[in-house]
Amino acid sequence: MSGDNNSFVRKEMISERIPPTTERGLVKWVRENLFSSAFNAIMTFVSLWFIYSLVVAAAPWFLNGIWDAETVRECYDLLDGKSGACFAVLNERFPQLIYGFKYPSSEYWRPNLASVLLLVALAPILFRKLPRRLLAFSAVYPFLAFWLIWGGSILTSVSAFLGCVIAIVCYSRFSSRSFAIAVLISLIAANVWWIIGGYIVDLNDSILALKDVPSRDLGGFMLNLLLGTIAVCLSIPLGIALALGRQSDMPIIKWICVFFIEFIRGVPLITLLFVANVILAFFFPPGTSLDLILRVLIMMTFFNAAYIAEVVRGGLAALSKGQYEAADSIGLDYTQSMRFIILPQALKISIPGIVNVSVGMLKDTTLVSIISMFDLVGMIRGPILSSTDWNGVYWELFGAAAAIFFVICFSVSKYSQWLERQLETDRR
Amino acid sequence: MAEKLKLEVSDEIAIKVESMNKWFGSFHVLRDIDLTVNRGERIVVCGPSGSGKSTLIRCINALEEHQTGQIIVDGTELTSDIKNIDRIRSEVGMVFQHFNLFPHLSILENCTLAPIWVRKIPKKEAEETAMHFLEKVKIPEQADKYPGQLSGGQQQRVAIARSLCMRPRIMLFDEPTSALDPEMIKEVLDTMIELAEDGMTMICVTHEMGFARQVANRVIFMDDGQIVEQNEPEQFFRNPQSDRTKLFLSQILGH
Repeated sequence: MSGDNNSFVRKEMISERIPPTTERGLVKWVRENLFSSAFNAIMTFVSLWFIYSLVVAAAPWFLNGIWDAETVRECYDLLDGKSGACFAVLNERFPQLIYGFKYPSSEYWRPNLASVLLLVALAPILFRKLPRRLLAFSAVYPFLAFWLIWGGSILTSVSAFLGCVIAIVCYSRFSSRSFAIAVLISLIAANVWWIIGGYIVDLNDSILALKDVPSRDLGGFMLNLLLGTIAVCLSIPLGIALALGRQSDMPIIKWICVFFIEFIRGVPLITLLFVANVILAFFFPPGTSLDLILRVLIMMTFFNAAYIAEVVRGGLAALSKGQYEAADSIGLDYTQSMRFIILPQALKISIPGIVNVSVGMLKDTTLVSIISMFDLVGMIRGPILSSTDWNGVYWELFGAAAAIFFVICFSVSKYSQWLERQLETDRR
Repeated sequence: MAEKLKLEVSDEIAIKVESMNKWFGSFHVLRDIDLTVNRGERIVVCGPSGSGKSTLIRCINALEEHQTGQIIVDGTELTSDIKNIDRIRSEVGMVFQHFNLFPHLSILENCTLAPIWVRKIPKKEAEETAMHFLEKVKIPEQADKYPGQLSGGQQQRVAIARSLCMRPRIMLFDEPTSALDPEMIKEVLDTMIELAEDGMTMICVTHEMGFARQVANRVIFMDDGQIVEQNEPEQFFRNPQSDRTKLFLSQILGH
């Protein structure tokens, strides 16, 4: 069809114009998100009213809060009948909340230093862009932190560290022959060194010695952080190993892993902690006693590892069979194909799950208060609330505990979201 | 139709398969396979789907395990010995229908990984080799991208380059063009033709009959897990002997 009415030639091109005021910026956002329909508008007003009344109700409690008082009675006197919080307890019991009530106050600098160094040690692990040489410090850090927190001669830590170095050197010397032999030799070498090292440490235990702090004197949030960090760090490699073991072609390894995972997952953590507290002692020869913190750590690591193993198994299952075949077909052996091809992809898929489980673990460290360890919650429930000075200030104390955990867990989850975006290379 | 490729085939045996059988559970997927491939041969395997042709070439680099019979690749017999399997796999390149590039590694890293860790070649040298083969498949400019950013045809050419970086003596192709859009099939086939011109020993499972005519020196037709007919391409297409072959050819050449 062609006629005068249908033919058209543009003489002048239309230049770009800005959208009308109702279609840009804040106006557009408000209209689309808050008042897109009558129902939506009503809900907006109801929500605004709800937030307003919440703030109005809670504000005086925060604003009238007393930060400086010796006891809860002094607090009430100062408040003089008004509603208000008694934050003074946080002030007065701050060291107890953070370090527990037995850690010698002259030594507070040691856990402080250890936690600052923890950030330094974690940085190169969490951020790939930082210089790789910093990882050397991360490797030394666990031993350094042990010395700082528990005290004693630095030789203990040095000896433990050298044992690990010896194990790694032995492993890399023999790994070309056979994986099993290499593991066996490195274990034997390390243990031989540790026995020798033990005698050397006993001979002169005063070199760079810090004041000894026994495990039962650790407490407060420091204990939560310690348990959480160690359990999470150890359970990730263990969980990966369990997940790979569960996929193994070797039936015995597979059954052991399946049994371990299913057993641990079928039992509540609190039960495992009771086992760690009382029953585990029966399994050791009489006269030997394993440190309570160590026992609790073993249980928490096992518990978290079982969950991580299942998350990682999901990641492994999500990879196409083609990835395994391609890795095989270019001649990579099992270790290489896992290390370079399968695990990097499977772990990337598993990040949200691993973080989910691990954040849960971090919070579950407060369960140790039930087996009478004085972590943050244990301190609040025990020494602080039962003291006559601070009887009944539940909201302030538990609110503060919640706030501390929230800040840490929220940061961890933000980090994991950032990491996921960083690793997004297979966008289509 | 391009001109027929004329290439010398040596007497040296590259692959020898002798009365090989394989079952998936109770399903007898490969039955009494006998096949000898000389160095420099270009063999095209065709047949209806489910006839066992992919399984056959996957047995040659032990992605599938055979149950009875013998497979000897490059003088090494395929047994369950993992050392033998790894050695054979590093001598035999494989190209898959769905490319199977590693999505978390750049194109260059895809190509250098195995040379560095299996062949223990220094990183720099491995990268030079990789660039050489990426130029050969005509995509050196994509070296720093990730597989997800490439088209299907480009990905398949990278997959070919990745195999070549191991300097294999034999290349296996498992329906390399079946997952590609029509306009990308040619670029992959051209790469494969070039490879054949260089004298590579190739076994190729494909339905590209033009490619078979031009490149292959032998066409094998499989059905029901057995080799039904094999012949030179001219004879095979012009004068098929078995009824099954005739039926198959009439179906795929009919339209």
